[in-house]
Amino acid sequence: LPMAQYLACSRVTILLSFQFILCQGIMTSSRHTNSKRIEGLDKNVWVAFTSVAADPTIVNLGQGFPDIPPPAYVKEGLANAAAVDKLNQYTRGFGHPALVKALSQVYGKVYGQQIDPFKEILVTVGGYGSLFSAMQGLVEVGDEVIIIEPFFDCYVPMVRMAGAKPILIPLRVKCNKKTNIVSSADWVLDPAELASKFTSKTKAIIINTPNNPIGKIFTRDELQMIADLCIKHDTLCISDEVYEWLIYKGHQHIKIATLPGMWDRTITISSAGKTFSVTGWKLGWSIGPEHLIKHLQTVMQNTLYTCPTPLQEAVAQGLLRDYELMGQPDCYFSSLAVELEGKRDRMAAILQDVGMSPIIPEGGYFMCVDVTSLNQDLSHMGDDEPYDYKFVKWMIKEKKLAAIPVTAFCGDASKKQFEKYIRLCFIKKDSTLDAAEAILKNWNS
Amino acid sequence: NFSCYVNQYLKIHSSSLIMSRQLHARRIEGVDKNIWVEFTQLAADYQVVNLGQGFPDFSPPSYIQEAFCKAVNGGCSMHQYTRAFGHPPLVTILAKFFSKVVGHDIDAFEDILVTVGAYQALFCTFQALVNEGDEVIIIEPFFDCYQPMVKMAGGKAVYVPLRPVSRGKALTSADWVLSSEELASKFNSRTKAIVINTPNNPLGKVYKREELQLIADLCIKHDVVCISDEVYEWLTYDGAKHVKIASLPGMWERTVTIGSGGKTFSATGWKVGWAIGAGHILKHLKTVHQNSVYHCATAAQEAVAVGFQREYEHFGTPESYFLQLPERLQHKREKLAACLESVGLQPVLPEGGYFMIADISSVKVDLNDPSTQGEPYDYRFVKWLIKEKGLATIPVSAFYSPEHSKDFENYIRFCFVKEDSTLSSAEAILRNWSNGK
Repeated sequence: LPMAQYLACSRVTILLSFQFILCQGIMTSSRHTNSKRIEGLDKNVWVAFTSVAADPTIVNLGQGFPDIPPPAYVKEGLANAAAVDKLNQYTRGFGHPALVKALSQVYGKVYGQQIDPFKEILVTVGGYGSLFSAMQGLVEVGDEVIIIEPFFDCYVPMVRMAGAKPILIPLRVKCNKKTNIVSSADWVLDPAELASKFTSKTKAIIINTPNNPIGKIFTRDELQMIADLCIKHDTLCISDEVYEWLIYKGHQHIKIATLPGMWDRTITISSAGKTFSVTGWKLGWSIGPEHLIKHLQTVMQNTLYTCPTPLQEAVAQGLLRDYELMGQPDCYFSSLAVELEGKRDRMAAILQDVGMSPIIPEGGYFMCVDVTSLNQDLSHMGDDEPYDYKFVKWMIKEKKLAAIPVTAFCGDASKKQFEKYIRLCFIKKDSTLDAAEAILKNWNS
Repeated sequence: NFSCYVNQYLKIHSSSLIMSRQLHARRIEGVDKNIWVEFTQLAADYQVVNLGQGFPDFSPPSYIQEAFCKAVNGGCSMHQYTRAFGHPPLVTILAKFFSKVVGHDIDAFEDILVTVGAYQALFCTFQALVNEGDEVIIIEPFFDCYQPMVKMAGGKAVYVPLRPVSRGKALTSADWVLSSEELASKFNSRTKAIVINTPNNPLGKVYKREELQLIADLCIKHDVVCISDEVYEWLTYDGAKHVKIASLPGMWERTVTIGSGGKTFSATGWKVGWAIGAGHILKHLKTVHQNSVYHCATAAQEAVAVGFQREYEHFGTPESYFLQLPERLQHKREKLAACLESVGLQPVLPEGGYFMIADISSVKVDLNDPSTQGEPYDYRFVKWLIKEKGLATIPVSAFYSPEHSKDFENYIRFCFVKEDSTLSSAEAILRNWSNGK
């Protein structure tokens, strides 16, 4: 090339290269932002509170997991499974055959009907994974989904991620003049209010019984009321029953799927983690009619395909062992509930002794308590958070006791109703409860 | 009792739920078929020598099994929730290990997400980044889940094929290449991401640096995210080098690299995977994860962490499983290739990975099975091979787009990550079949 042209070309090349380098330096392009479906879903109460509570000097009654060991036979089952070569490789996507067969046996007995292990059961990554599969498989953009407050916090973001609208309705405490003691049974739905929430857009209602955080066990009548509305409006029911075995004396867990007309329109969700005190195994399952489960299976095969094999084998063995003992005191499903009832009663007494008003749960392993009587002045913490968030943060810092704020489990409109409540988890060993007791007794010192 | 009877009666006689709206969500339309569900069921139903689905039939290394046992018998915390985005010991060692490999300081808590297998990492990535109408480039043949995952995220898959450049009789996966013009033509303003898989499933191709540079240049030019599925990263043969596209200039900030504990440690049933990439992209994957599964199993993560710690200490030495496994597999690869050639099947020798594809064109069989009428030729062939010869493989047209699968119905995929005895049994079946002609 003639020199002049050559110089001209190379100048242009240098300029272009320079611009190219500049462009490369701009790392965060607007095209690499989040997809629309997860807009606004990044905040999460657990992410906020679990790392704080991980400090070993803090007495942690926050996140819901036991600090007592799982039963020995469950751990042994896992060790045995891992020793078998085949059980370290992929198993059936929708659920390890041994596990779905064991589930079919256990729940066949509970439901009083035959449950097809391959068509009516899906094994998922915890109860959480079942909720996700149900939402993604069955909830359409623009649908409405009714959620009862207070609710396990993931329901709302999952409904939103499916492009649907959460319709909230609160449980409210009915006045109980006879006694000051509030039970979770005193928290009820207003039938007219509930009926008003159902519209032509309602695809499903999510219920959680026993309820997290309140511990309410919905009665047959309450479930019938919900069932009647589901049938009348032709909606689905997603029933989160992960605490199904943790039922205290005088109460009965009822599966809404067993009410007439409900099997065909209900997905019932359970958890190995809550059943066997192994939350870190992250195994759960959905049970329902083939025409619904098949859609959850489609989601499963396009999201994570299969759950870990040795864990599924171990859960199967555990279920078979307890199936033989069902109805007897040795059955872990019953013995854990008995053990926890003692802890529940102890926790309630500790709180009452310091003048607080706990809501005595009928089931589950959480207790909500109204902290109003402690008269804790938190005005120094500003106005941008509900009282319970401030209270819990203050309590973790000043008292080294962790809980979870109950407004994490409700929508904006109900925050005022719940902001004086905190949630305590009592599936903890005696020494943890002793430590909590010591903190509470010394509150004012 | 009576209520049981009533329940049964109601269950049998109640009509299937009829809703005025459709039951299922639109996002799962067209993604309900799945070759694994179909073919693993078949392999289970018949007594087969299974070279189909990709999992080892030998045990994981003893040190990793021990690590798992130790975790199981460890303290209470091993059986309860761990950190949602990844068990701290695991993300810490992954960051340490891969910082060395990628040549970039990886932040354990910002740049890594642990998932339920690499499969879930792929899901989180597509859900986090792909909007309705976005285009995602997929190189064919591809691991089959990319297409339905892109579809479920509302994206449009745009395909570009690897093509065999015939170089005499013995083809290797290195002979399957992209046309640079064709690849460039697939990028436009709607392109959100490109998915690459190296070593590739099913072909076994290990992309060379120059090939990755070509892709990287286009990603940078068009400001596209690169999703790099590297689950077979340690399994390369004949000295082929695995190159991480994230290590190329300008690529760390726009690449999500996906790995698998299952493939790394021959324990596919543990389902521990991960996505590694710049924090500003990973945070979106975390949002999907916290709203879908939230946590992964603790004990398995602990065991994989111990495995990586051990490999970090033995990296590059003869004790490294990452050197031992590919050495073992190289010999199996040769054994299977030789056998396939001897019976008239034409294998494509893979440079990496678990699999080998073979051209079945020259084999004529009477596929007399009415139940497979109308299916693609390779599907029919594979099913015939399962039912008539007791040998399981996977049809390769399953790894092609609906648009192009008709052009690739003459290959089947074999997994050679099997005990020698399994490979010998397969050999016997193939020889008998060949001799019987």
